[in-house]
Amino acid sequence: MIYIELFLGFLKVGCFAFGGAYGAIPLIRDVVLTYGWIDEEMLTYMIAVSESTPGSIMVNLATYIGSNQAGFLGAVIATLAVATPSFLIVLLITTLLQNVLKNRYAQAILRGLKPCVIGIVLATGIYMVVSNCVGAISDVKLSVQAITITAVLILLMIGYKHIAKKKLSPIILIVLSAVAGMVVYGV
Amino acid sequence: MSILMELFFTFVKIGLFTFGGGYAMISMIENNCVEKKAWITHDEMMDVTVIAESTPGPIAINCATFTGYKKAGFLGALAATLGVVVPSFIVIFLISMFLDNFLEITIVANAFKGIKVGVGLLILDAAITMINKMQKKKLSRLIMICSCVTMLCINAFAWNFSSISLMIIAAIISLLVFVLRGTQEQKGGAKK
Repeated sequence: MIYIELFLGFLKVGCFAFGGAYGAIPLIRDVVLTYGWIDEEMLTYMIAVSESTPGSIMVNLATYIGSNQAGFLGAVIATLAVATPSFLIVLLITTLLQNVLKNRYAQAILRGLKPCVIGIVLATGIYMVVSNCVGAISDVKLSVQAITITAVLILLMIGYKHIAKKKLSPIILIVLSAVAGMVVYGV
Repeated sequence: MSILMELFFTFVKIGLFTFGGGYAMISMIENNCVEKKAWITHDEMMDVTVIAESTPGPIAINCATFTGYKKAGFLGALAATLGVVVPSFIVIFLISMFLDNFLEITIVANAFKGIKVGVGLLILDAAITMINKMQKKKLSRLIMICSCVTMLCINAFAWNFSSISLMIIAAIISLLVFVLRGTQEQKGGAKK
């Protein structure tokens, strides 16, 4: 049943999403594609929407996918599922297990988890950029438009960082990429 | 206004005005809950940041739960957590009803094709920032590189292996290395 699937899927995301929003994206991608809820294209669009709307990206994605699959109730269930593990864990840590994070074994586990999450995020980023430009291994398809936009955006990101001495904000980058898309795919 | 209502509405405000996820939210919470309302101290705020970074789930939820609990126990935690979730829930729910129709407009579809490229770069950029902040230890680097290569293969060849399994394996390896180093040191063997 879709409600149970949504609940279990997003509970899994809530339990394993270390490293903030970007750490969670590969995980959500994994769960969403395994269950076949929405396709990769739609997921990418929703990441952009979540980044440009207020609130936690993880919660936003859960709400969207829940709503898309099973309406209002689906949205409520997916959102609750993604929020429940961290709610309970923080309660546990503040009430009973105040020193658990200082425990040497817990520290050792975290020392393994964190770099692994970073590796997973890096792989997801590389895969998305490359597959946008040249397609999948099973279906190689060079996209001149995507390559152009990628090159322009990278130049903008690096240029801005050099001139302003800080990173381009994600929302500005999304707006710029939307404009680039309208121009490059429009002509 | 009862404290529960106050917690709820403060976190509604925080949820409504933070764009870009967790870390942007930490400064909003600091501003509202530490400086204006003095619900929690600055030190406690630092603690919750550490907890948020070391536990799974959205950072916003971690912070809201913690602040709510400190101020008004379990119900406070519930009020603050619901508060921080409600605004984005409403916004995204509304968007989800219109997005499909919206995407049928050609110029919007073109914009989203561009956005797709942007999102890939955004994730890559986030990963690079995370690598720069990572502990510069051999084991950390090794785990990072191995999981990156494995995950690339999983994606490229559609291997049936989940990222959760990968994380569990990395945690076990790190724990084993820690325990083995401990026993070696007890024997007076390896110096590390």
